[in-house]
Amino acid sequence: MSERENKMLTCIICPLGCSISVTMEDGTIAETKGFGCKRGKNYAETECIAPMRVITSTVRVVNGPVPLISVKTDKPVPKALVMECMKEINRIEAHSPVKIGDILLVNVLGTGADIVATCNA
Amino acid sequence: MRIGVALIHGFFAPVGMRFFLRQIIYNRGVVKVIYDAAIIGAGVVGALTARELSRYDIRICVLEAASDAATGSSKANSGIVHAGYDAMPGTLKALLNVRGNGLFGEVTKELGVPFKRIGSLVLAFSEEGMETVRKLYSRGLDNGVPDMKILNSGDEVLKMEPNISAKVVGALHAPSAGITNPYELTYAGLENAVANGTELITGARVIGISYDGYGGHDVNSGHDECGDCGVYHGNHGYIGAGGYDGAGGVFTINTARGPIWSRFVINAAGIYSDKLSEMIGDDHFSIRPRKGEYLLLDKEQGHQVHSVIFQTPAALGKGILVTPTADGNLLIGPSAGDIEDREDLSTTASGMENVTDGALKSVPGINLRQVVTSFAGLRTVPSTGDFIIGPSMKNRRFINAAGIDSPGLTSAPAIALYIRDILKVEGLELVPKKFFDPVRKPIARFSDATDEEREALIRDNHLYGNVVCRCELVTEAEIVEAIRRPAGAKSVDAVKRRTRSGMGRCQGGFCTPRIAEIISRECGIPMQEVRKNEGGSILLTGKTKGVQ
Amino acid sequence: MREVELAIIGGGPGGLAAAIEAYRNGVRKIVLLERDRSLGGILKQCVHSGFGLQLFGEELTGPEYAERFTKQVMELGIDIKLETMVIGITSDKLVSAVNSAEGLISFKARALILAMGCRERPRGALNIPGTRPAGIYTAGTAQRFVNMEGYMPGKKVVILGSGDIGLIMARRMTLEGAEVKMVCELMPYSGGLKRNIMQCLEDFGIPLRLSHTVVEIHGRERLEGVTVAEVDKSGRPVPGTNEYVECDTLLLSVGLIPENELSKMASIELDPATSGPFVDEACQTSAEGIFACGNVVYVHDLVDYVTQEGYLAGKSAAEYLSRKAGDGPEGGLGAESGAESRAESGAGSGAVSGAESGAGLGEKIPEVLKIHAGYGVRCIIPQFVRRSCKNDVSLFFRVAGNYRDVVLEARAGGRAVCSVRKKVVSPGEMESIRLKSEIIRSINSEVLEIGIRTLGDKEAKETKGEI
Repeated sequence: MSERENKMLTCIICPLGCSISVTMEDGTIAETKGFGCKRGKNYAETECIAPMRVITSTVRVVNGPVPLISVKTDKPVPKALVMECMKEINRIEAHSPVKIGDILLVNVLGTGADIVATCNA
Repeated sequence: MRIGVALIHGFFAPVGMRFFLRQIIYNRGVVKVIYDAAIIGAGVVGALTARELSRYDIRICVLEAASDAATGSSKANSGIVHAGYDAMPGTLKALLNVRGNGLFGEVTKELGVPFKRIGSLVLAFSEEGMETVRKLYSRGLDNGVPDMKILNSGDEVLKMEPNISAKVVGALHAPSAGITNPYELTYAGLENAVANGTELITGARVIGISYDGYGGHDVNSGHDECGDCGVYHGNHGYIGAGGYDGAGGVFTINTARGPIWSRFVINAAGIYSDKLSEMIGDDHFSIRPRKGEYLLLDKEQGHQVHSVIFQTPAALGKGILVTPTADGNLLIGPSAGDIEDREDLSTTASGMENVTDGALKSVPGINLRQVVTSFAGLRTVPSTGDFIIGPSMKNRRFINAAGIDSPGLTSAPAIALYIRDILKVEGLELVPKKFFDPVRKPIARFSDATDEEREALIRDNHLYGNVVCRCELVTEAEIVEAIRRPAGAKSVDAVKRRTRSGMGRCQGGFCTPRIAEIISRECGIPMQEVRKNEGGSILLTGKTKGVQ
Repeated sequence: MREVELAIIGGGPGGLAAAIEAYRNGVRKIVLLERDRSLGGILKQCVHSGFGLQLFGEELTGPEYAERFTKQVMELGIDIKLETMVIGITSDKLVSAVNSAEGLISFKARALILAMGCRERPRGALNIPGTRPAGIYTAGTAQRFVNMEGYMPGKKVVILGSGDIGLIMARRMTLEGAEVKMVCELMPYSGGLKRNIMQCLEDFGIPLRLSHTVVEIHGRERLEGVTVAEVDKSGRPVPGTNEYVECDTLLLSVGLIPENELSKMASIELDPATSGPFVDEACQTSAEGIFACGNVVYVHDLVDYVTQEGYLAGKSAAEYLSRKAGDGPEGGLGAESGAESRAESGAGSGAVSGAESGAGLGEKIPEVLKIHAGYGVRCIIPQFVRRSCKNDVSLFFRVAGNYRDVVLEARAGGRAVCSVRKKVVSPGEMESIRLKSEIIRSINSEVLEIGIRTLGDKEAKETKGEI
């Protein structure tokens, strides 16, 4: 017996905000309905299979002109790992001078994403 | 020099003040200070009384429960200097209101506090209202209010105040009424008192008071002698009691910061003055808190009226007033509601509606979209219906200055003199000091200065070039000075009340982080310990990055 | 008194773009005045991403976006004064400012660009009853504490207002370990972007309570809780819906107001609908030679649009300066026409004669076309368009409610001169109509009205009742 699950999403790609319904069967997509465009379909399906997020946060700076610098993951990481990644980010101490794009932590939690600086300090 | 108890009280003798203190040093070199007068409560009455007493060669301290002065009724009231036609003739209120009003010009000038004699109007909207106006007028005459005039037509009123409701039919005009800044007056009075040798001890909530009538505390030759037992020479009729019990009696005032000893106690404890009085067994009066809610409007609304606009009085107070403030805003309020809780400063939807309804009745064009903030204050309504000022029947060295509701602010300078006279009668010898300086200079305000003055201010202190609060144009120099002054600010609200920083239309959105930083730096405390006002009001709960 | 060609007030995205574009168009003596310690304005504390999609086709964080422009301004060698507060301007473009290094400084500028941005509405403006404890912040103040200074304003948070800053802060506070209990929104819809509702709230299971507000604040020293209640259509609390929510922090994200204290000093006329100055298609205000761009004019949805407006203001200021110089690159415009203030320019120059001839009956139509908000439109930028303008003009406007299947129309003298069909419009997203310059020239009424027209009563569904 296969397991069917229906998920409803509001599309965030454009202001139309289409209601998209995605039906999952055994962990794969069986049917997607209600999307207004291809990007919407793609968004909804990714959200259902493997939602990804870019994390933006801050990191402590040692000896800098400011106490913190802003950082981000240079590519999206799995949504489920966001809070775990934050723990890693909170452990980082950057040393001034830091430049935009400097890598502060490589391959956070094995996601393939690096934590990079988004400001100079 | 024969006192048995030996204690150290480093905290009530700040550096620089020791000069003024005659301490008693015992055989082991330990110090105990006995004050001549301890004033309990650093509101406007306590502050001006301390300042008045600091003219004399006596030791004074002011005990304040909160971390700053002017945190009770003196903080949140209308800021009106009343003309004096409200109180019934023959009452202390009537006497001290008119006297206080007369003293205001000089007191505020010496203390560098804003005071504008802009006059007041009591509006009548009906013939019934006009009857009240005439009643107030004649009461005012009895009380000695100068230069009042009845305006017998709406046109006359509208000529003076064109934004008033066209429904007005007449008014009572009293040109001697004015506006001031009540907390600035309190700080100024205290600063001046401290500069003249008074000690301010904050965080010293009084827990209990005991009295050693035998004394044996031969503290100061001369002072223990019986004073002039004659009749008090005011025109109100207070009769001095003559002999007091014991030549050298001393109160032990137990506070949250340890015991304080004093020969006289002045109860200026505001909303808690009945509780303080109970500590010496005098419960002949009680205080009921009466909440008044206010709305403060943007300076753009400050020109709606040019004088203090009252309506004919209501049962619980003078009704809703509309007035420009000393700082140029428009203030409307107060509501009036008797409550039980002496700490309840919350505003209510119904109270604010009451205020706006009343204000719009007087001045229909007020733009309520320009409300900057709302707040509530408590009036300390006495069960006796009049100010309670005088020695307690339980102990004549315990002088009440209790139940000071409206017109308390106006009366405060006169109350200070009145208390001085009572102390004299009760045996405190008051010899004028040689070096009393009546002048307190206000913090130089960048926003009020001319370009030349601004240049000079920055030349002398470059921190005048750092604007911290953009709405009110307050600079870092002013904030630093507010913190460093005697009786200085330790919290964001305390800085705000002294400098106006954060009082403008953005309400501290921009400057709060900066002011917190300056307080942290100047007071040498971490950011997480910077407070909005009292004990638990920390601004920040910790650091980010999971660091606690 | 120092003399400059152009003074720009505010070093945020609008001011930076204006400086760059003015320089590119030949202006050299520029001074850029910024009150903060560094350039970039509010972008510096917006560490989240989503900036620059329109302009660069990539998602940048606030500091990255700011850096692109800061770097250019530095490379161009534009005179920048940091930690300098402008305390006064006049209509003849005298600027007085103050800083601790130089004291009072004043500039006589030949043109001025206002780019002061906006500020947040505080609690006082809302009149929420209750106590006045610590722990109530505007979302932006909290953002500064968290992102720039490294402090947490609290641990248990309620957010009032679902504007984007509020939503962004819900996620930020959650990521930093706080518990965000709910976001309350007075309106039946959120003013924030859908993407933020999804990624800042739903990702973290934070409830969004639409048609809810905070009706009372509790706690004497530090905030201890708030009472939230449902509101009816007119925004009044519904009796019996009160709910106490324990929290130590209340963040307010209840609207932004253009920062126009300085504009008022120069007697610049402000539009009550936007709270910003009236501007024409070249960003010029009612004061000749004083231009305005960015959130000081109206609150923009995207920083990219602020940058574009900054470019326009910079270019317009440069053109104004060269016209005033007389011998500059004049182009086709008469020496006087550009300098005319829009309120009184009746005659116009040769370049606009075509438009005038269309007026007929010997009546002269003013050189300036007024743009009015019609049905369903709350406010429009610019409010004036000179008929002589050489370029197409985009009119930006905010609608008053949520609508489906509508036509956005520009109507002159009762007839539509330009229209755009839209499936969905909402107050949260600025709409625009682009007017071709030849269409502008062809309009012979005094007023152009922008309104929305629903496509028949049956299909057109108004999702919100109040208009």
